[in-house]
Amino acid sequence: MALFTQSFVITLFLGAIAAGIPLLLAGLGEQLSEKAGVMNIGLEGMMLFGAYTGFLAAWASGSPSLGFIAGAGGGVVVASLMALLCVRLGLNQIVTGIALTLAAEGLTALLHFVQFSRTYPRLDGVAPLPIWPLSEIPFVGPVLFNNNAVFYLAIVLVVVFSWIYRQTHLGAALLAAGDKPAALDAAGVDVMRTRAMAVLITGALAGLGGAYMSIAVAGVFVPFMSHGNGFIAIVLAMLARGRPLWVLGGALLFGGSLSLTTALQVAGIDVPTDVIQMLPFAMVMVVLLVAGRKAALPQALGESFVRGAR
Amino acid sequence: MTDEQAIAQPAQQSHGRATRDSSANASLRVLAVSIGPLIAALVVGAILLLAMGFNPVSYYSYVVQRAIFSPSGLEATLTRMGPLLLIAASLIVAFRAGIWNLGGDGQYLLAAVFVAATVPLTMNVLPVWANLLLGLLIGAVVGAIWGILPAILKAWQGINEIITTLMMSFLGVSLANVLVKLAFLDPATTTPQTRTLPVEARLPRLFDTATSSGLLIGLFAVIAVHLIMTRTSFGMRLRLVGANPRAAVHAGLSVPTLTVAVFAISAALAGLSGAVDILGTHGNVRADWNPAYTLTVVPLVFLARLNGFGSIAYVFLFSALTIGGESAARRIGVPSFFSLVIVAILLITLGLAEYLDKRHQERVRR
Repeated sequence: MALFTQSFVITLFLGAIAAGIPLLLAGLGEQLSEKAGVMNIGLEGMMLFGAYTGFLAAWASGSPSLGFIAGAGGGVVVASLMALLCVRLGLNQIVTGIALTLAAEGLTALLHFVQFSRTYPRLDGVAPLPIWPLSEIPFVGPVLFNNNAVFYLAIVLVVVFSWIYRQTHLGAALLAAGDKPAALDAAGVDVMRTRAMAVLITGALAGLGGAYMSIAVAGVFVPFMSHGNGFIAIVLAMLARGRPLWVLGGALLFGGSLSLTTALQVAGIDVPTDVIQMLPFAMVMVVLLVAGRKAALPQALGESFVRGAR
Repeated sequence: MTDEQAIAQPAQQSHGRATRDSSANASLRVLAVSIGPLIAALVVGAILLLAMGFNPVSYYSYVVQRAIFSPSGLEATLTRMGPLLLIAASLIVAFRAGIWNLGGDGQYLLAAVFVAATVPLTMNVLPVWANLLLGLLIGAVVGAIWGILPAILKAWQGINEIITTLMMSFLGVSLANVLVKLAFLDPATTTPQTRTLPVEARLPRLFDTATSSGLLIGLFAVIAVHLIMTRTSFGMRLRLVGANPRAAVHAGLSVPTLTVAVFAISAALAGLSGAVDILGTHGNVRADWNPAYTLTVVPLVFLARLNGFGSIAYVFLFSALTIGGESAARRIGVPSFFSLVIVAILLITLGLAEYLDKRHQERVRR
């Protein structure tokens, strides 16, 4: 098996992580917002806008860290519109999500055209933060413990979210906001505030994921660069049935199939890109066929909450 | 989500209220709610143009001039409406039945590829009209086939169709590219594309203009769908399934069968849209070509509150905006993405207007 050389396997794993981290961040966000009862179809737009604002800030300031913060901020800007329209005003969540995605696509493409279409600036990438001495372990070290800060943050978030959902009042409130908002209201917790908060955090995570794509992975901003990742993240969140750890597993699996093209090219095998691009989507359909029946969703998902209405 | 699926809440109550208002006041209100958001969206768009250093007045007037007041522009606008209207019809059927078929892009593109792969070959053995009919049929069937899997998963497994249709859509777009590049290549050219249907074998043009008769197919489909959904018992059953599936079961309806029927019709219409675009306008499919109509038409049918006639008006507006916008992109240098932004802003301003109107109504009632 000449295929499984060390360089092929390391390329595959590093690629899986690079492509998986944005999915993981956005998927964790979507999971949070779905738990609270908001179906966030605008995720794609939040990622794309975060990719743009993150790239812009990193390029203007020369600091990737500032870029990541700006990316999360960009996601929050789109999410605050979502929170206003869907949570506060009770407009249809799916249509609003599509509108925000379209707006982000059009707006970032316009801004990119005005600012960068002649120069196409590139970023240098992000310096890794090796965790010594773990980073010295052969094979595992370079893949897992020699990454950038966003990678570690994403992993920590998986643990934090699991803890919040299982152990805290906040977790219980989020679940209630999605399953039985009237009960949460009766318990004296503000449903709208709970949901709005969930949507804003989702925006920050999705924006950070987008910024990771433009700053850490691609090094450039290209219009429409989120390329369906937001939608894949929505699927991940649905399949994970409320478990953050499952989002992590799914994100790496998807990241792996996305990075298979590059890895195969490293191994000297030429497979058409389009065939490889079909892999993750085909995989979702297979998983849905096999396990879809169990994909439980919160009861009040997609419904706006009107206090006192029956 | 209610039967009418208006962006905010349906307007029935507000119509009832309106008759009690003084009539001048009421008509003013209706005008404000329907025209106000459009003006607001254009104003926000103008501010964006200003911020980018373009003159909004000259941009808008150029777009209107190119897309509506020049003969060739108007013909292009009307021709573009054909496939867009078929997508609108596809969405209206599904949304009125409470089914979110968001996979139109895959259904459209795969249908387009199969049509483009077949009709240039069969034109040698079939008369022109039969060849065109065959193309339309292939488009509808391929579209419907691509909608089967989500339909089955939704009908018998209860799996959320938003996800499955979106996944099938991405899958379909990639598959279409693979087919164009690997299976259906035109051996006569070096550019990766299918064989081309010659102009004389395409859908006939209307009268003496360059407008394709695809427009008529689109108009017919939207109006038929509108009438079926609002005037027939079949449409009534579908709307019942959409409004309250549990009640529909109690009323003795076979919800799974109706769900599959809705998917089949909706996906077939999306496929037909691809066929009309190929048979009427493009004649072939180039590699990596994807106009991605569906997600832009979704806001349009919602702006029209899933009303067929309203959709025709909005599709015309959007068609003019994109045709004029493409021309302005070449001449003035404003990228064509700008029309996307306008549609998105319009949807948001309309939602806001409906909300403000509803709140105003409630205050009046108290």
